[in-house]
Amino acid sequence: MKTLLRPLCAAAALTAMLAAPMAAQAHRQWMLPSMTVLSGTDPWVTVDAAVSNDLFVFEHVPMRLDGLVITGPDGAAVPHQNAATGKYRSTFDVQLSKPGTYRIASVGDGVMASYKLAGEQKRWRGAAADLPTAIPAEATDIKITHSQRRIETFATVGEPTTEALAPTGKGLELAPVTHPNDLFAGETAQFRLLLDGQPAPGVEVTVIRGAGRYRDDPGEMKLTTAADGLLEINWAEPGMYWMEAEVRGGKSPIEGAERMAVYVGTLEVLPE
Amino acid sequence: MRRLASAAVLTGLMAAPAAAAELNLSVEIPRMSVAEYHNPYVAIWVEKPDQSAVKTLAVWYDIKLRNSEGETWLKDMRQWWRRAGRAMTLPADGVSGATKAPGRHQVKFVGGKAPLGTLPAGQYNLVVEAAREVGGREMVRIPFQWPPQAAASGQAKGETELGVVSLSLKP
Repeated sequence: MKTLLRPLCAAAALTAMLAAPMAAQAHRQWMLPSMTVLSGTDPWVTVDAAVSNDLFVFEHVPMRLDGLVITGPDGAAVPHQNAATGKYRSTFDVQLSKPGTYRIASVGDGVMASYKLAGEQKRWRGAAADLPTAIPAEATDIKITHSQRRIETFATVGEPTTEALAPTGKGLELAPVTHPNDLFAGETAQFRLLLDGQPAPGVEVTVIRGAGRYRDDPGEMKLTTAADGLLEINWAEPGMYWMEAEVRGGKSPIEGAERMAVYVGTLEVLPE
Repeated sequence: MRRLASAAVLTGLMAAPAAAAELNLSVEIPRMSVAEYHNPYVAIWVEKPDQSAVKTLAVWYDIKLRNSEGETWLKDMRQWWRRAGRAMTLPADGVSGATKAPGRHQVKFVGGKAPLGTLPAGQYNLVVEAAREVGGREMVRIPFQWPPQAAASGQAKGETELGVVSLSLKP
């Protein structure tokens, strides 16, 4: 695939990879918080954000931070601080100045288009607003994908709260039944997967425990949401877990577009 | 409903004579030969058999650090933090205390008086959890009946961060 691309296109592809909220399929996107359960006054978490195969190993490209949306316990936006992007990962800090639960997300909403122009295959990525002028009138075989991505993690100071977890109603989201910062090995957690704010049944969800490089078996769990969108995860071991779900199809506000909604969450499971 | 109400009355009656019952506890913090030693953080609480916390009796931590910095590590006593600590406002009167050096520490809790207060009659566990900076974490449980009908005792022994923990109840 890459070998077919001319140098210019390869550069474009690399840029696209860096634009994690809309990035291509092959690699896993993730955030890794320094801590998820905190005590004390005014603590901070630092978060790594990257795109890689191994979890949670920085070995491919950093995640771009332009889609960061951090929600505080009162539902208000919280700024990220000390952001930096290196060769393999981005990093940023969040000051948790109020008690309760914070939702730390990278949210992407964009369009990918492929079409033929004078017999040549073309690709385009951008914002929905730019789509009308992006594709020449003479183009044929037009395929438009509307991509909605959410990559997120959670951190709680003191008692877990749910205001920050209120669904936005856009794309795939995780609604708590079990609080995402109250996860313990040996217990079963329940979440509800939502698509556009509605329960999403029959969606396959992949759950992988981090630190796979120290094991032979990647230990990937493949789960499916029930009729009411309910997802049950049995945490056999403590650790930092990555979960991903993807839904293709469904309605998109962009005419003629196929919608692709992706959810990625990083959840910490503590020992008893 | 009527049965529930009468059970409540009965519980109330049974709780009354327990007002002066005593719960005496001895917690051993083991001496360690390590290069960097800090006294452990220790939480002592009462839970129901389903592990839901009923009362936190004591939390020993760095209460004197500037800007309440000592509270940063309270979550390392992760069971206590989950079951009780995270919902509490600290420091708490009669509950918060300074960390203790290695040795045996006697603490006494009296029925009807804070922090034990009035416990409904029933089966409980006394839980002690210790977490040490640059060290490990350990938790032990001792089951007991409250109020005690007669003098009773129980014991648990930690293997790493706690030594012998013994509980004696006086009616």
